[in-house]
Amino acid sequence: MIPASFDYHSPKTLSEAIDLLSRHGDGAKVLSGGQSLLPLLKLRLGTASHLVDIGKVPGLEYIREEDGFLKIGGRTRESTLEASDLIRKKYPILADTAAVIADPLVRNLATVGGNLAHGDPANDHPATMLALGAVVVATGPKGERTIPIGKFFTDLFTTALSHDEILTEIRIPTPPPGSGGAYVKLERKVGDFATAASAAQLTLKGGVVEKAGIGLTNAGPVPVQAEKAEAFLKGKKLDAATIAEAARLAAESADPSADRRGSVEYKKEMARVLTARALAKAAERAGGA
Amino acid sequence: MSQHTIQVNVNGALQKAEVPARLLLVHFLRENLRLTGTHIGCDTTHCGACTVLLDGVPVKSCTVLAVQADGREVMTVEGLERDGKLDPIQEGFYQEHGLQCGYCTPGMMMTGYALLKANAKPSEEDIRKAISGNLCRCTGYVNIVKSVQHAASAIAAAK
Repeated sequence: MIPASFDYHSPKTLSEAIDLLSRHGDGAKVLSGGQSLLPLLKLRLGTASHLVDIGKVPGLEYIREEDGFLKIGGRTRESTLEASDLIRKKYPILADTAAVIADPLVRNLATVGGNLAHGDPANDHPATMLALGAVVVATGPKGERTIPIGKFFTDLFTTALSHDEILTEIRIPTPPPGSGGAYVKLERKVGDFATAASAAQLTLKGGVVEKAGIGLTNAGPVPVQAEKAEAFLKGKKLDAATIAEAARLAAESADPSADRRGSVEYKKEMARVLTARALAKAAERAGGA
Repeated sequence: MSQHTIQVNVNGALQKAEVPARLLLVHFLRENLRLTGTHIGCDTTHCGACTVLLDGVPVKSCTVLAVQADGREVMTVEGLERDGKLDPIQEGFYQEHGLQCGYCTPGMMMTGYALLKANAKPSEEDIRKAISGNLCRCTGYVNIVKSVQHAASAIAAAK
Protein backbone atom coordinates (compact mmCIF):
# COMPACT_ATOMS: atom_id res chain seq x y z
CA MET A 1 0.00 0.00 0.00
CA ILE A 2 1.18 3.47 -0.84
CA PRO A 3 0.16 6.61 1.03
CA ALA A 4 -1.43 9.53 -0.80
CA SER A 5 1.05 12.21 -1.91
CA PHE A 6 2.60 14.58 0.58
CA ASP A 7 5.57 16.88 0.89
CA TYR A 8 8.30 15.78 3.26
CA HIS A 9 10.41 18.07 5.41
CA SER A 10 13.38 17.16 7.55
CA PRO A 11 14.15 20.14 9.81
CA LYS A 12 17.44 20.22 11.71
CA THR A 13 16.18 22.26 14.67
CA LEU A 14 13.07 22.39 16.82
CA SER A 15 12.29 25.99 15.84
CA GLU A 16 12.55 25.09 12.16
CA ALA A 17 10.14 22.19 12.76
CA ILE A 18 7.61 24.43 14.55
CA ASP A 19 7.95 27.03 11.83
CA LEU A 20 7.09 24.41 9.19
CA LEU A 21 4.05 23.29 11.19
CA SER A 22 2.85 26.89 11.54
CA ARG A 23 3.35 27.61 7.87
CA HIS A 24 1.52 24.55 6.58
CA GLY A 25 -1.41 24.63 8.99
CA ASP A 26 -3.71 21.72 9.66
CA GLY A 27 -2.45 19.61 6.76
CA ALA A 28 0.98 19.25 8.35
CA LYS A 29 1.66 16.33 10.66
CA VAL A 30 4.64 15.53 12.85
CA LEU A 31 6.48 12.35 11.85
CA SER A 32 8.35 10.88 14.81
CA GLY A 33 8.71 7.07 14.98
CA GLY A 34 6.03 6.80 12.31
CA GLN A 35 4.70 3.49 13.62
CA SER A 36 1.13 4.81 13.96
CA LEU A 37 1.19 7.62 11.39
CA LEU A 38 2.61 5.69 8.43
CA PRO A 39 0.17 2.73 8.72
CA LEU A 40 -2.66 5.26 9.01
CA LEU A 41 -1.52 7.09 5.88
CA LYS A 42 -0.97 3.82 4.00
CA LEU A 43 -4.45 2.57 4.86
CA ARG A 44 -5.68 6.04 3.90
CA LEU A 45 -7.56 6.37 7.16
CA GLY A 46 -6.05 9.83 7.30
CA THR A 47 -4.17 12.21 5.06
CA ALA A 48 -1.43 14.79 5.45
CA SER A 49 -0.26 17.28 2.87
CA HIS A 50 3.05 17.82 4.70
CA LEU A 51 5.06 15.53 6.94
CA VAL A 52 7.49 17.26 9.28
CA ASP A 53 10.01 14.58 10.26
CA ILE A 54 11.55 15.41 13.64
CA GLY A 55 14.01 12.50 13.31
CA LYS A 56 16.99 14.82 12.78
CA VAL A 57 16.10 17.36 15.50
CA PRO A 58 18.70 17.00 18.26
CA GLY A 59 17.95 16.75 21.97
CA LEU A 60 14.62 14.91 21.95
CA GLU A 61 15.73 11.48 23.17
CA TYR A 62 16.61 11.24 26.87
CA ILE A 63 15.53 9.74 30.17
CA ARG A 64 16.68 11.60 33.27
CA GLU A 65 15.66 12.60 36.79
CA GLU A 66 15.73 16.31 37.42
CA ASP A 67 13.94 18.84 39.69
CA GLY A 68 11.72 16.20 41.29
CA PHE A 69 10.60 14.76 37.95
CA LEU A 70 11.44 11.89 35.68
CA LYS A 71 11.84 13.60 32.33
CA ILE A 72 11.42 11.63 29.12
CA GLY A 73 12.23 13.28 25.80
CA GLY A 74 9.31 13.12 23.38
CA ARG A 75 11.17 11.12 20.72
CA THR A 76 12.56 8.55 23.18
CA ARG A 77 12.08 5.09 21.64
CA GLU A 78 9.97 2.51 23.41
CA SER A 79 12.88 0.04 23.15
CA THR A 80 15.11 2.54 25.00
CA LEU A 81 12.55 2.95 27.77
CA GLU A 82 12.17 -0.83 28.03
CA ALA A 83 15.93 -1.35 28.36
CA SER A 84 16.64 1.54 30.75
CA ASP A 85 18.02 0.47 34.16
CA LEU A 86 16.57 3.59 35.80
CA ILE A 87 13.10 2.75 34.45
CA ARG A 88 13.30 -0.93 35.36
CA LYS A 89 14.42 -0.23 38.92
CA LYS A 90 12.51 2.90 39.83
CA TYR A 91 9.57 3.10 37.41
CA PRO A 92 8.69 -0.55 36.69
CA ILE A 93 5.15 0.49 35.63
CA LEU A 94 6.76 2.21 32.61
CA ALA A 95 8.90 -0.86 31.86
CA ASP A 96 5.73 -3.02 32.06
CA THR A 97 4.03 -0.69 29.61
CA ALA A 98 6.86 -0.36 27.09
CA ALA A 99 7.29 -4.15 26.99
CA VAL A 100 3.72 -4.77 25.78
CA ILE A 101 3.44 -2.03 23.16
CA ALA A 102 3.11 -3.56 19.67
CA ASP A 103 6.13 -5.83 19.09
CA PRO A 104 9.94 -5.52 19.46
CA LEU A 105 10.48 -4.35 15.86
CA VAL A 106 7.87 -1.61 16.15
CA ARG A 107 9.28 -0.56 19.54
CA ASN A 108 12.68 0.03 17.93
CA LEU A 109 11.16 3.04 16.15
CA ALA A 110 7.98 3.92 18.06
CA THR A 111 8.30 6.83 20.48
CA VAL A 112 6.80 7.60 23.89
CA GLY A 113 5.68 11.06 22.73
CA GLY A 114 4.04 9.60 19.65
CA ASN A 115 2.17 7.02 21.71
CA LEU A 116 0.54 9.92 23.60
CA ALA A 117 0.22 12.52 20.82
CA HIS A 118 -1.56 10.04 18.54
CA GLY A 119 -4.50 10.29 20.96
CA ASP A 120 -5.51 6.67 20.49
CA PRO A 121 -7.35 5.34 23.59
CA ALA A 122 -6.11 1.86 22.61
CA ASN A 123 -2.47 2.92 23.07
CA ASP A 124 -0.79 1.81 26.27
CA HIS A 125 1.11 4.83 27.61
CA PRO A 126 -1.93 7.05 28.17
CA ALA A 127 -3.33 4.88 30.99
CA THR A 128 0.09 4.65 32.63
CA MET A 129 0.66 8.40 32.39
CA LEU A 130 -2.80 9.01 33.90
CA ALA A 131 -1.93 6.70 36.82
CA LEU A 132 1.40 8.49 37.30
CA GLY A 133 -0.07 12.00 37.12
CA ALA A 134 2.29 13.00 34.29
CA VAL A 135 2.58 16.42 32.71
CA VAL A 136 3.13 16.87 29.00
CA VAL A 137 5.39 19.63 27.66
CA ALA A 138 4.21 21.11 24.36
CA THR A 139 6.55 23.37 22.40
CA GLY A 140 5.07 25.78 19.87
CA PRO A 141 5.69 29.20 18.29
CA LYS A 142 5.22 30.91 21.66
CA GLY A 143 7.55 28.58 23.50
CA GLU A 144 6.79 25.84 26.00
CA ARG A 145 3.61 25.14 27.91
CA THR A 146 2.72 22.29 30.21
CA ILE A 147 -0.49 20.28 30.00
CA PRO A 148 -1.59 17.96 32.81
CA ILE A 149 -2.22 14.51 31.35
CA GLY A 150 -5.79 14.57 32.66
CA LYS A 151 -6.51 17.46 30.28
CA PHE A 152 -4.48 16.14 27.36
CA PHE A 153 -6.87 13.65 25.73
CA THR A 154 -9.84 15.63 24.49
CA ASP A 155 -11.54 13.21 22.09
CA LEU A 156 -10.93 10.14 19.93
CA PHE A 157 -7.53 10.69 18.21
CA THR A 158 -7.65 14.28 19.46
CA THR A 159 -5.40 15.91 22.05
CA ALA A 160 -4.90 19.36 23.56
CA LEU A 161 -1.89 19.93 21.26
CA SER A 162 -2.50 22.59 18.65
CA HIS A 163 -1.39 21.87 15.07
CA ASP A 164 1.84 23.86 15.48
CA GLU A 165 2.92 22.28 18.76
CA ILE A 166 5.25 19.34 19.29
CA LEU A 167 5.16 17.10 22.33
CA THR A 168 8.77 17.55 23.47
CA GLU A 169 8.84 16.09 26.97
CA ILE A 170 6.88 14.02 29.46
CA ARG A 171 7.38 14.85 33.14
CA ILE A 172 6.49 12.34 35.81
CA PRO A 173 6.62 13.42 39.45
CA THR A 174 9.26 11.28 41.20
CA PRO A 175 7.18 8.99 43.43
CA PRO A 176 7.88 9.29 47.18
CA PRO A 177 9.23 6.29 49.13
CA GLY A 178 6.59 3.59 49.59
CA SER A 179 5.38 3.91 46.00
CA GLY A 180 4.89 1.24 43.39
CA GLY A 181 3.05 0.76 40.16
CA ALA A 182 2.18 -1.85 37.56
CA TYR A 183 0.60 -2.13 34.13
CA VAL A 184 -1.29 -5.31 33.28
CA LYS A 185 -2.60 -5.92 29.77
CA LEU A 186 -4.75 -8.61 28.21
CA GLU A 187 -4.02 -9.00 24.51
CA ARG A 188 -5.00 -11.75 22.10
CA LYS A 189 -1.47 -11.94 20.76
CA VAL A 190 1.74 -9.90 20.64
CA GLY A 191 1.15 -6.75 18.64
CA ASP A 192 -2.57 -6.51 19.27
CA PHE A 193 -4.22 -3.61 21.01
CA ALA A 194 -5.48 -4.32 24.51
CA THR A 195 -8.73 -6.21 25.01
CA ALA A 196 -8.44 -4.45 28.35
CA ALA A 197 -5.52 -3.12 30.38
CA SER A 198 -5.06 -1.36 33.68
CA ALA A 199 -2.33 0.87 35.10
CA ALA A 200 -2.14 1.33 38.86
CA GLN A 201 0.22 3.51 40.86
CA LEU A 202 0.12 3.54 44.67
CA THR A 203 1.85 5.37 47.49
CA LEU A 204 1.47 3.52 50.78
CA LYS A 205 2.32 4.48 54.35
CA GLY A 206 1.99 1.75 56.97
CA GLY A 207 -0.24 -0.24 54.63
CA VAL A 208 -2.60 2.71 54.15
CA VAL A 209 -3.09 4.31 50.74
CA GLU A 210 -1.85 7.91 50.63
CA LYS A 211 -2.25 8.29 46.89
CA ALA A 212 -3.68 6.12 44.12
CA GLY A 213 -3.72 6.56 40.36
CA ILE A 214 -5.59 4.19 38.04
CA GLY A 215 -5.80 4.42 34.24
CA LEU A 216 -7.61 2.12 31.80
CA THR A 217 -6.70 1.35 28.19
CA ASN A 218 -9.22 0.86 25.38
CA ALA A 219 -12.14 1.54 27.71
CA GLY A 220 -13.82 4.43 25.90
CA PRO A 221 -13.27 7.15 23.28
CA VAL A 222 -10.48 8.63 25.43
CA PRO A 223 -8.09 6.99 27.92
CA VAL A 224 -9.99 6.53 31.18
CA GLN A 225 -8.92 7.74 34.60
CA ALA A 226 -10.80 5.68 37.20
CA GLU A 227 -11.44 8.58 39.53
CA LYS A 228 -14.07 6.91 41.73
CA ALA A 229 -11.76 4.01 42.45
CA GLU A 230 -8.86 6.41 43.16
CA ALA A 231 -10.97 8.41 45.62
CA PHE A 232 -12.23 5.24 47.29
CA LEU A 233 -8.69 3.97 47.90
CA LYS A 234 -7.40 7.12 49.56
CA GLY A 235 -6.92 6.60 53.32
CA LYS A 236 -7.94 2.91 53.14
CA LYS A 237 -5.90 0.02 54.42
CA LEU A 238 -4.98 -1.95 51.31
CA ASP A 239 -6.33 -5.45 51.90
CA ALA A 240 -8.00 -7.92 49.55
CA ALA A 241 -11.48 -6.51 50.12
CA THR A 242 -10.31 -2.95 49.41
CA ILE A 243 -8.60 -4.06 46.20
CA ALA A 244 -11.73 -5.93 45.10
CA GLU A 245 -13.97 -2.91 45.70
CA ALA A 246 -11.55 -0.52 43.97
CA ALA A 247 -11.39 -2.86 40.98
CA ARG A 248 -15.19 -3.01 40.84
CA LEU A 249 -15.37 0.81 40.89
CA ALA A 250 -12.69 1.09 38.21
CA ALA A 251 -14.67 -1.22 35.91
CA GLU A 252 -17.68 1.06 36.42
CA SER A 253 -15.63 3.88 34.85
CA ALA A 254 -14.98 1.76 31.75
CA ASP A 255 -17.14 2.44 28.72
CA PRO A 256 -15.70 0.09 26.09
CA SER A 257 -17.31 -0.81 22.78
CA ALA A 258 -17.83 -4.33 21.51
CA ASP A 259 -15.57 -5.60 18.75
CA ARG A 260 -13.77 -8.80 17.80
CA ARG A 261 -11.85 -8.60 21.07
CA GLY A 262 -15.03 -9.09 23.07
CA SER A 263 -18.39 -7.83 24.21
CA VAL A 264 -18.90 -4.78 26.41
CA GLU A 265 -19.62 -7.02 29.42
CA TYR A 266 -16.49 -9.09 28.87
CA LYS A 267 -14.25 -6.04 28.50
CA LYS A 268 -15.66 -4.43 31.66
CA GLU A 269 -15.14 -7.66 33.56
CA MET A 270 -11.56 -7.86 32.27
CA ALA A 271 -10.99 -4.23 33.32
CA ARG A 272 -12.08 -5.27 36.82
CA VAL A 273 -9.85 -8.36 36.97
CA LEU A 274 -6.82 -6.57 35.53
CA THR A 275 -7.23 -3.58 37.87
CA ALA A 276 -7.25 -5.95 40.86
CA ARG A 277 -4.06 -7.58 39.55
CA ALA A 278 -2.40 -4.24 38.83
CA LEU A 279 -3.24 -2.96 42.33
CA ALA A 280 -1.88 -6.11 43.98
CA LYS A 281 1.34 -5.89 41.98
CA ALA A 282 1.66 -2.16 42.63
CA ALA A 283 1.25 -2.79 46.38
CA GLU A 284 3.88 -5.52 46.28
CA ARG A 285 6.30 -3.20 44.50
CA ALA A 286 5.52 -0.43 46.98
CA GLY A 287 6.62 -2.84 49.67
CA GLY A 288 3.23 -2.84 51.33
CA ALA A 289 1.81 -6.23 50.43
CA MET B 1 4.67 15.87 -3.90
CA SER B 2 8.26 16.56 -3.00
CA GLN B 3 11.16 14.64 -4.54
CA HIS B 4 14.31 13.99 -2.56
CA THR B 5 17.85 12.99 -3.34
CA ILE B 6 18.87 10.34 -0.88
CA GLN B 7 22.12 8.51 -0.19
CA VAL B 8 21.75 5.24 1.60
CA ASN B 9 24.44 2.73 2.41
CA VAL B 10 22.83 -0.59 1.52
CA ASN B 11 24.81 -3.72 2.38
CA GLY B 12 28.04 -1.72 2.29
CA ALA B 13 27.46 0.03 -1.06
CA LEU B 14 26.43 3.67 -1.28
CA GLN B 15 23.20 4.06 -3.26
CA LYS B 16 22.18 7.47 -4.53
CA ALA B 17 18.66 8.00 -5.81
CA GLU B 18 15.95 10.54 -6.47
CA VAL B 19 12.79 9.36 -4.72
CA PRO B 20 9.28 10.69 -4.10
CA ALA B 21 8.48 11.50 -0.47
CA ARG B 22 5.91 8.72 -0.14
CA LEU B 23 8.15 5.91 -1.38
CA LEU B 24 8.46 3.26 1.31
CA LEU B 25 11.85 1.84 2.19
CA VAL B 26 10.74 -1.68 1.24
CA HIS B 27 9.74 -0.49 -2.24
CA PHE B 28 13.02 1.38 -2.62
CA LEU B 29 14.91 -1.82 -1.80
CA ARG B 30 12.81 -4.14 -3.93
CA GLU B 31 11.98 -1.98 -6.92
CA ASN B 32 14.72 0.64 -7.22
CA LEU B 33 17.59 -1.61 -6.12
CA ARG B 34 16.02 -4.96 -7.17
CA LEU B 35 16.91 -6.44 -3.79
CA THR B 36 13.88 -8.70 -3.68
CA GLY B 37 15.03 -10.81 -0.75
CA THR B 38 13.16 -8.45 1.55
CA HIS B 39 9.52 -9.55 1.36
CA ILE B 40 6.27 -7.68 1.64
CA GLY B 41 3.84 -9.72 3.71
CA CYS B 42 0.97 -7.96 5.42
CA ASP B 43 1.98 -4.41 4.48
CA THR B 44 0.28 -3.24 7.70
CA THR B 45 3.16 -3.35 10.22
CA HIS B 46 2.19 -6.74 11.63
CA CYS B 47 4.12 -9.59 10.06
CA GLY B 48 7.80 -8.59 9.94
CA ALA B 49 8.51 -10.24 6.55
CA CYS B 50 10.01 -6.89 5.48
CA THR B 51 12.44 -6.65 8.42
CA VAL B 52 15.77 -5.00 7.60
CA LEU B 53 18.43 -3.45 9.81
CA LEU B 54 18.46 0.34 9.92
CA ASP B 55 21.72 1.46 11.51
CA GLY B 56 21.95 -2.05 12.92
CA VAL B 57 18.48 -2.09 14.46
CA PRO B 58 15.76 -4.39 13.07
CA VAL B 59 12.74 -2.44 11.78
CA LYS B 60 9.78 -3.07 9.48
CA SER B 61 10.77 -1.52 6.15
CA CYS B 62 7.11 -1.21 5.09
CA THR B 63 6.73 1.36 7.88
CA VAL B 64 9.73 3.57 7.12
CA LEU B 65 9.95 6.08 4.28
CA ALA B 66 12.90 5.79 1.94
CA VAL B 67 13.74 9.45 2.66
CA GLN B 68 14.03 8.59 6.36
CA ALA B 69 16.92 6.27 5.46
CA ASP B 70 18.90 9.15 3.91
CA GLY B 71 22.43 9.19 5.30
CA ARG B 72 21.93 5.91 7.13
CA GLU B 73 22.92 2.26 6.81
CA VAL B 74 20.53 -0.45 5.71
CA MET B 75 21.31 -4.14 5.78
CA THR B 76 19.06 -6.62 3.99
CA VAL B 77 19.11 -10.40 3.76
CA GLU B 78 21.35 -10.06 0.69
CA GLY B 79 23.99 -8.54 2.96
CA LEU B 80 24.33 -11.61 5.18
CA GLU B 81 26.45 -13.77 2.88
CA ARG B 82 30.13 -12.76 2.76
CA ASP B 83 32.61 -13.91 0.10
CA GLY B 84 30.40 -16.79 -0.94
CA LYS B 85 30.08 -18.00 2.65
CA LEU B 86 26.77 -18.11 4.44
CA ASP B 87 26.40 -16.15 7.65
CA PRO B 88 25.97 -18.41 10.72
CA ILE B 89 22.30 -17.35 10.92
CA GLN B 90 21.73 -18.57 7.33
CA GLU B 91 23.65 -21.77 8.04
CA GLY B 92 21.47 -22.22 11.16
CA PHE B 93 18.21 -21.99 9.21
CA TYR B 94 19.65 -24.39 6.61
CA GLN B 95 20.87 -26.99 9.12
CA GLU B 96 17.84 -26.87 11.42
CA HIS B 97 15.25 -26.65 8.66
CA GLY B 98 14.05 -23.32 10.04
CA LEU B 99 11.68 -22.69 7.15
CA GLN B 100 8.96 -24.29 5.16
CA CYS B 101 7.48 -21.89 2.60
CA GLY B 102 10.31 -19.41 3.18
CA TYR B 103 8.25 -16.26 3.07
CA CYS B 104 9.04 -15.06 6.59
CA THR B 105 12.64 -16.32 6.47
CA PRO B 106 14.47 -13.13 5.38
CA GLY B 107 12.79 -11.16 8.16
CA MET B 108 13.36 -13.92 10.70
CA MET B 109 17.05 -14.07 9.79
CA MET B 110 17.52 -10.29 10.06
CA THR B 111 15.86 -10.26 13.49
CA GLY B 112 17.90 -13.30 14.56
CA TYR B 113 21.12 -11.72 13.25
CA ALA B 114 20.44 -8.49 15.22
CA LEU B 115 19.57 -10.48 18.36
CA LEU B 116 22.87 -12.37 18.25
CA LYS B 117 24.83 -9.12 17.80
CA ALA B 118 23.19 -7.74 20.96
CA ASN B 119 23.00 -10.97 22.95
CA ALA B 120 25.48 -13.72 22.01
CA LYS B 121 23.92 -16.29 24.35
CA PRO B 122 20.18 -15.82 24.18
CA SER B 123 17.86 -18.12 26.12
CA GLU B 124 14.95 -19.75 24.32
CA GLU B 125 12.73 -17.10 25.90
CA ASP B 126 15.01 -14.31 24.63
CA ILE B 127 14.77 -15.73 21.11
CA ARG B 128 10.99 -16.16 21.23
CA LYS B 129 10.59 -12.62 22.53
CA ALA B 130 12.92 -11.18 19.86
CA ILE B 131 11.02 -12.84 17.00
CA SER B 132 7.58 -12.02 18.43
CA GLY B 133 7.15 -9.31 15.77
CA ASN B 134 7.91 -11.79 12.95
CA LEU B 135 5.05 -14.07 11.98
CA CYS B 136 5.54 -17.57 10.60
CA ARG B 137 2.45 -19.48 9.53
CA CYS B 138 4.21 -22.76 8.67
CA THR B 139 6.73 -23.92 11.22
CA GLY B 140 5.19 -23.34 14.63
CA TYR B 141 8.48 -21.55 15.42
CA VAL B 142 10.19 -24.62 16.95
CA ASN B 143 12.77 -24.99 14.20
CA ILE B 144 13.22 -21.23 13.90
CA VAL B 145 14.24 -21.10 17.56
CA LYS B 146 16.60 -24.05 16.96
CA SER B 147 18.08 -22.24 13.94
CA VAL B 148 18.95 -19.17 15.98
CA GLN B 149 20.40 -21.41 18.71
CA HIS B 150 22.44 -23.23 16.07
CA ALA B 151 23.82 -19.89 14.88
CA ALA B 152 24.62 -18.80 18.45
CA SER B 153 26.58 -22.03 19.07
CA ALA B 154 28.42 -21.71 15.75
CA ILE B 155 29.44 -18.13 16.49
CA ALA B 156 30.59 -19.10 20.01
CA ALA B 157 32.59 -22.07 18.65
CA ALA B 158 34.34 -19.89 16.06
CA LYS B 159 35.66 -17.51 18.72
